[in-house]
Amino acid sequence: MAAPPAHADAPTTVEAVDAGLRSAGYLPGASTALVAFLAVRLGKPVLVEGPAGVGKTELAKALATYLGRTLVRLQCYEGLDEAKALFEWNYRKQLLRIQAEAAGTGWDAVQDDIFGEEFLLPRPLMTAIASEEPVVLLIDEIDKTDQEFEAMLLELLSDFQISIPELGRIEARTHPVVLLTSNNSRELTEALKRRCLYLWLDYPCAEHELAIVRLHSPELPEAVAAKLVEVIAQVRELDLKKPPSIAESIDWARALLLLGAEEIDEEMFRSTMSIIVKHRTDLDVVSERVGVRLGLAPRPA
Amino acid sequence: MSLPARIVDFAEALRAEGLAVGTSELLDAFAALEEVSWTDRAAFREALAATLAKSAEDRRVFELVFERFIFRATEAQAVARGVREASDSPPAAGAVAGQIDLDDLRERAIQAIRDGDESAMRDLARLAIAAFGRRGEGSGVLGVDVQRIRRALDLRGDTQPREDGDEPLTREQLRRFEQQLRRELERAQIERTQQLPPARALNELDRALPSGPLQDLAAVHRVVAQLKRRLATQGREARGRRSHAHVDVRRTMRASLQTGGVPVVLKFRPQRPRRPELYVLCDVSTSVTSASVFFLSVLHALHDSFRRMRSFVFVERISEVTGVFERERNFRAVSDAIGRDAGVADVSGYTDYGRVWSEFLALVEDDLHPRATVIVLGDARTNGRDPRADVFARIAARAGRTFWLNPEPQLYWDYGDSVVRAYAPFCELHECWTTPQLEDFVKALARPQHA
Repeated sequence: MAAPPAHADAPTTVEAVDAGLRSAGYLPGASTALVAFLAVRLGKPVLVEGPAGVGKTELAKALATYLGRTLVRLQCYEGLDEAKALFEWNYRKQLLRIQAEAAGTGWDAVQDDIFGEEFLLPRPLMTAIASEEPVVLLIDEIDKTDQEFEAMLLELLSDFQISIPELGRIEARTHPVVLLTSNNSRELTEALKRRCLYLWLDYPCAEHELAIVRLHSPELPEAVAAKLVEVIAQVRELDLKKPPSIAESIDWARALLLLGAEEIDEEMFRSTMSIIVKHRTDLDVVSERVGVRLGLAPRPA
Repeated sequence: MSLPARIVDFAEALRAEGLAVGTSELLDAFAALEEVSWTDRAAFREALAATLAKSAEDRRVFELVFERFIFRATEAQAVARGVREASDSPPAAGAVAGQIDLDDLRERAIQAIRDGDESAMRDLARLAIAAFGRRGEGSGVLGVDVQRIRRALDLRGDTQPREDGDEPLTREQLRRFEQQLRRELERAQIERTQQLPPARALNELDRALPSGPLQDLAAVHRVVAQLKRRLATQGREARGRRSHAHVDVRRTMRASLQTGGVPVVLKFRPQRPRRPELYVLCDVSTSVTSASVFFLSVLHALHDSFRRMRSFVFVERISEVTGVFERERNFRAVSDAIGRDAGVADVSGYTDYGRVWSEFLALVEDDLHPRATVIVLGDARTNGRDPRADVFARIAARAGRTFWLNPEPQLYWDYGDSVVRAYAPFCELHECWTTPQLEDFVKALARPQHA
């Protein structure tokens, strides 16, 4: 494996990456900045795992903004196949070509012709590889695909090349920064993990989360934001189907801001609770438990 | 020893704990270390972690091994160079051994634990060891000493608030203090004996996920999510692509290029796997008391993943609890509800498998079909009653696949009143009483079916 070509814009210190991500509106934890730095320097893909809504996808976006690269995104889902992820032959065009040249041209000439790059429809992975400018490639929710698809990714992730049977090998012109995200809904294969750096993103600590909330809604009074973070932390401790994530904290902060909340009191909490808790049964649990812990009067029976 | 050799040693220690650290991971680790300054402890550790530990669980083991490895390495150096602490100077100001104010120590410890102040915790841990260690120099077993000192300090991870109104310490905070205690005890021991104790594998307790039923529930849910995938996609490859007649225009046209645009070979759309139907029977009698919480959590997780699922619990008779699971999302509420009104708490409390099969068949005979999967969770202890394997055979014959998960170790099968073997010819038997075994079961599901 050849060392990736060094780019002029490649950051040289972890601090630079940290500052860069901050300027892109993303507050990285200590390990996040370091792994992002390593990813850029070593040219290795990063596998980002963690609960939903802790900013895995946001990290890719922020990294793209910071590095000044285009973000190419491949959203994975069950049944995703090569034709939608890698490339596809533009068969309509190929047919037209055959028909247009049907008379006169020899078969060999046409055949050579229709399997050229002109007839290739690039899909996200191909786009990322073939781009003139280096890009950030985000393969989102890789755990939603089948294992077969993972196997297909291996060539791309370790050697940054794609083999097309009719055309040969397409090598990366530039070296993309690759992020794979997973919600851990299934175990990924060892082969895939081996090729990646690993980053586990968890719910942030209270101070970090407060900083994030303040960054996204700076107008929210400090006291309210602090209380909000505290409540969210309490709610996460309950056994919920879907604990509130950072995304929900931010949404809640925005909602409180819109409502002009001066304080999170019982009424405010009850009326906006549905922003952070998204299951009916979870709602019951939260209204039962958190209200008490907040020192609020229990709901009248 | 040079740094690379140390890192290789460290990787060896990780492998001993079951992490899959290959040569390529090591190469990555070295490449990563070249990029970070390794005088910065956090960066050094993160760089190693990112390249060597590839899952959340691996990461936890990594932290434990890393701490221990660095600790042992420093201590080994200290022993080698003969560095000793001046043993006559008191470990902290104002603390003459034997005259330490217990309450004061306790207050300060709680304060430090609550603040998460590592260095204060370490000092206090040493103070506590000085205060309590003298009485007989400890038991020689670190874990016992740690607990003894913790109890002597009256530090508890309560769930009830204390009388003084302070927030109780969390389990995690306490664990960190215990870690400090353990380390200081170990350090003292190394200093006394002038040698490192043999490296032992992290014990299962340290490695297990943070305990508590909720966490276990999460693990079960994860496995069941995999189970769902297996059940949903099994047999897909056997069905193949051309078993039915939806022409895939895109692929057909694509194939027609080989014949000059004339669609000679038709390509078909792959068949979407149909949702499986699941019938789960769960034994809740006294002989499987210990396992039934596990089984109920499996049931609970299954209900989260499958819409078309019916579940039954049985002791002497059978009772359908699908409704309970649909109403209640909370696991505790579910188990309460089943205990209360599922109507299985029959007179004798002894399982009667024969009767259960007959009733089950009567209930679902018309609904069972070859796409359905039947899973039985039970120990097959009939209390001497007729196993009625013939009825079970009829159930298995009507259903597509039948599985039996037995919560007893294989050793006990067919001893006493266990009649597992009577049912074995009609189903796939698995020993299953832990999450890893549940995972094995899921893997077994993926294996090709014996037709």
